[in-house]
Amino acid sequence: MKAENDLNYAAIDNIYDTWKSQKGALIPMLQEMQEEFGYLPRTALEYLAKKLHQPISQIYGVCTFYSQFHLKPRGKHIIRVCQGTACHVRGIAKIATALEEELEVPVGDTTEDLLFTYESVACVGCCGLAPVMMIDDVTYGRLNAAAVPDILKKYEGGEGNDS
Amino acid sequence: MTAKPKIVVGLGTCGIAAGGREIYNAIEKALTENNIDAELTQTGCIGACENEVLVDIAKPGQPRISYGKVTEEKIGEVVTNHLLHDKIDREFALGKIGEGELSAEYDDLPYFFTDLPFYEKQVRLCLRNCGFINPEKIDEYVERDGYQALKQVITEMKPEEVVEVIKSSGLRGRGGGGFSTGMKWQFTMNAVGDKKYVVCNADEGDPGAFMDRSILEGDPHSVMEGMAIAGYAVGADEGYIYCRAEYPLAVNRLKMAIEQAKEKNFLGDNIFGTDFSFNLKVKEGAGAFVCGEETALLMSIEGKRGMPRPRPPFPANEGLFGKPTCLNNVETFANVPVVILDGPEKFASIGTEGSKGTKVFALTGSINRTGLAEVPMGITLEEVVYDVAGGIIDDGKFKAVQAGGPSGGCIPEDLLHLPIDYDSLTEAGAMMGSGGLVVMGEDTCMVDIARYFLSFTQIESCGKCTPCREGTKRMLEILERIVAGEGKPDDIEKLKTLGEAISATALCGLGQTAPNPVLTTLRYFQEEYEQHIFDKRCVAGICVDLMFYLIDAELCNGCGRCRKACPVSAISGDKKEVHVIDKETCIKCGVCVEKCKQEAISLQS
Repeated sequence: MKAENDLNYAAIDNIYDTWKSQKGALIPMLQEMQEEFGYLPRTALEYLAKKLHQPISQIYGVCTFYSQFHLKPRGKHIIRVCQGTACHVRGIAKIATALEEELEVPVGDTTEDLLFTYESVACVGCCGLAPVMMIDDVTYGRLNAAAVPDILKKYEGGEGNDS
Repeated sequence: MTAKPKIVVGLGTCGIAAGGREIYNAIEKALTENNIDAELTQTGCIGACENEVLVDIAKPGQPRISYGKVTEEKIGEVVTNHLLHDKIDREFALGKIGEGELSAEYDDLPYFFTDLPFYEKQVRLCLRNCGFINPEKIDEYVERDGYQALKQVITEMKPEEVVEVIKSSGLRGRGGGGFSTGMKWQFTMNAVGDKKYVVCNADEGDPGAFMDRSILEGDPHSVMEGMAIAGYAVGADEGYIYCRAEYPLAVNRLKMAIEQAKEKNFLGDNIFGTDFSFNLKVKEGAGAFVCGEETALLMSIEGKRGMPRPRPPFPANEGLFGKPTCLNNVETFANVPVVILDGPEKFASIGTEGSKGTKVFALTGSINRTGLAEVPMGITLEEVVYDVAGGIIDDGKFKAVQAGGPSGGCIPEDLLHLPIDYDSLTEAGAMMGSGGLVVMGEDTCMVDIARYFLSFTQIESCGKCTPCREGTKRMLEILERIVAGEGKPDDIEKLKTLGEAISATALCGLGQTAPNPVLTTLRYFQEEYEQHIFDKRCVAGICVDLMFYLIDAELCNGCGRCRKACPVSAISGDKKEVHVIDKETCIKCGVCVEKCKQEAISLQS
């Protein structure tokens, strides 16, 4: 994870230039910045605030309102457990327990090695496949708790994680 | 051009999640290996989620055969058998679509849309193209009368006439409220402003709902065409589609569709050589349920915190960037080209007195056939649950159907005869909502379901108005103590008072409807609340705090596995003797159940 003080400011300049002519483009700017940095570092937000001539408080307000934005570093892979009705009815709670045991962090946290961030999501919209979780953009459906460790293993052993 | 056989793989989000991409690659490999010249393409969701992955194969002059639940291992064989030997694999074949020559041996194959029980009662207007066209190719949409309605409107009709047609069709908003679409258009048309906008609400946030996603993924142009027609009618030259960021495939296909439509001049400047210009942009949400509320959605497009504001002024007069704005949902817009091409009379001939046309429902829960179904308004809930969805899984008993998501309510068995239309659902305390129907069997606890929905709305409450921010929190606290076995005698009264107060005073639709799941379960299942509060029992066996683990003395062989595994040493018993669980010490973690090889331990209420 990059230290905050050697941020790539040129990337922020680029994002700003792409969107500056569009009205109400703060959210897409933040989305692209998060794509670039993995999260929204405070220094980056301060830099953007100056460019936009907007108080940082206003930008912070937008960041904290939407669940998509993160002010802290995130894991390499994002696990999202579906909390939709169908998943609820079809036993997502057991999947969540299995994940907590494997990852050793509660919902909302990132594992110490920054490999996984574990979150819940309201509904991924694949209710026919309940219970469902997503890792990054891949959806795992018709899950059972026993399958969880094997699925996670696929993502371990990536670079920097062999130790 | 000589006609080639065509193979179509269903690649909506569900299809992909079920392994559609792998199937697609396997087919590609089989075609190459066997030197078969066939067109391999993709389509969106056809609705039969239960049968994913779906692959359709059509040889020229033959009906199209739909295969379901295909596997990566077998698909190559299925394809080669069909294309090279005219052999249809009955293990996977679901049915045939269209006419053509086929060996008499397959005469008994059902017709997909008319014979399969899931489709028999469906009327597909909105989903007319889903499962048929490749959503990434505009030509396939155009071949099925795509953009003909737009052409007709802007070359032959005046804006007032368009509004009149929509009004007389009886089309009402499919996003939940059910306001007359024509009236909305009229207000925006009549509003004074130098600039106007058309906005499509694609922020489908209700848990259990995926109608809009399927339409956007399977037939994005129908929505865009509807928006362009609205633009012409109300006098707008710019539109936004606000799509939730959780639908990456929908966002991608929309962006692709917009580019293709621009190239063909169905969007952009001087469309069809007229002086009507219309441009579209996609705005991605950033994860806030409340942005499905129209004023909050507009705030979000403006780049602000998505908080609702009081109405009036309504968006028709003061909407996006303060300009008159026509805001409808995905399904509403997708209906517009149908209304124009078929004529308002034909559209209005489907449905009931107050609710015209069809409604797309996402059928989920404890049913045999989950999926996406488009049914005519006025069909009964019973027909949907039993005929379309195939009844409760494992021959279970029906308990309730939850309609309308967190804003809706639970409808009990004795109201299953209700026709599905806006007014009768509202009367029952539920609402049409966006179209999620979650069917629940006997093993569902209604108090727990109410708690579940309220915890959802409570988390998603934006916090602007007190009734919603504080009220839902207090209601949730009460429900949490009831499911924990600590309910108080006056809790039911308190829930009713709070719920009614929040409904009457909250600022926006989210707050006003948040108590619905609680109020309807209280209305139809009050005895279940009473059992939780007074008898400390959960008949459905869901509320763990009201349950206890019990070892069946008949089955226990005294192996001691459970005793050793119990983290709090709540289990005692000598080797080879029947073990017992001390209810007071037990933390109900369930480890013992997993360890027991005799299946002797179960949760009792």
